[in-house]
Amino acid sequence: MKRFTVGVFAGLFALSVAYAAEPAKTTRVPAPSIQINKDRGEQCVEPTEEMRRNHMNYILHQRDETMHRGIRTTKHSLKNCINCHANPKTGSVLGKDGFCASCHHYAAVKIDCFECHTDRAEKKAAIPAGRPRQALAPVIRTALGQPRQRHQP
Amino acid sequence: MTINRRGFLGISGAAIAVSAVAPGLRLIELAEGRAPDQAVTPKQRWGLLIDAAKCADGCTACIDACHEENGVTGNNRPATDPQWIRKVTVEDNTTGFRQSFPVMCQHCEHPPCVDVCPTGASFKRADGIVLVDKHTCIGCRYCMMACPYKARSFIHEVTTGQKTHAPRGKGTVESCTLCVHKVDRGDNTTACAVACKKEGHEAILFGDLNDPGSEIRKRLKQKPSTQLRPDLKLNTGVRYQGV
Repeated sequence: MKRFTVGVFAGLFALSVAYAAEPAKTTRVPAPSIQINKDRGEQCVEPTEEMRRNHMNYILHQRDETMHRGIRTTKHSLKNCINCHANPKTGSVLGKDGFCASCHHYAAVKIDCFECHTDRAEKKAAIPAGRPRQALAPVIRTALGQPRQRHQP
Repeated sequence: MTINRRGFLGISGAAIAVSAVAPGLRLIELAEGRAPDQAVTPKQRWGLLIDAAKCADGCTACIDACHEENGVTGNNRPATDPQWIRKVTVEDNTTGFRQSFPVMCQHCEHPPCVDVCPTGASFKRADGIVLVDKHTCIGCRYCMMACPYKARSFIHEVTTGQKTHAPRGKGTVESCTLCVHKVDRGDNTTACAVACKKEGHEAILFGDLNDPGSEIRKRLKQKPSTQLRPDLKLNTGVRYQGV
């Protein structure tokens, strides 16, 4: 009996390992497609993990600072987000491959920003100072399950 | 108390040094624009001076420039399309004298729109610019009713193609921002003033009402000016001459 129990557990363990090793692409929900402008560098204004979880707080804080106190630093401004993250083909953060829309659609979180704000990058957006221009950013694979490799300086 | 020669020279030298440095500091403070990370202060009070005598009848250059600058678009429905500037024509019933001049948000020191706003969306910035925070505007339009200048508009329909610096969307109220994005950038002018100058009228002048050395203060000192509806004691930031 003891041997049988051990065998069952061993089998279960082997199954669970096999399941975990299965690639994430079998998910039924299409993963968000995230593309960035390759000439803008691949380092966001804060660490990627931080931005994924807390980007809304940064934008919300900057919103009130800009609106009420006239502080127009670009680091956490929505304008800066859009200029960097707009899809190079469409120039927009919305649409099927839009940086904001695809992820928010996946997470089923409604965004109100673009009821008023434009979703398009400025035509001649200057690259903010202090952000090194990088020749090639690797095509970023979808965020979920495969954390992106970031090059730390 | 006696002061010897050396003491006197020392004191007077210090006095000269102080008087030489103090005006210098003030000049630097006035001349330099605000850095992007600095908040607005009540040191400035931005305003406009409109010379109605120079405003040409039938000219809409300021309105066109304003709407172009801020991406204000309508749907060819004059009753509901937003207007940030209106050309108002007034006639003296006794003499029949007619004149027209632009009327926009008057950027009052005591704005009635701010008093009535239930959410705090309508607010006055420290430098005197009256704005709508569309993030908190619920579209109740109390401010539109409170404004004696009919300066505010409601956006009735879905907007597209907004300018990056001028977000605007359905269900919120909007009005002249005194080109706040240009002010913050340090342009020291507005789209309407630039357009009017380009047309050769120079009827609109933008400036700092708190700065005694500014062009707007000099012009206000030279000739009489008035506020629209001065009886309301709103102390408007937009002043008129030749009305």
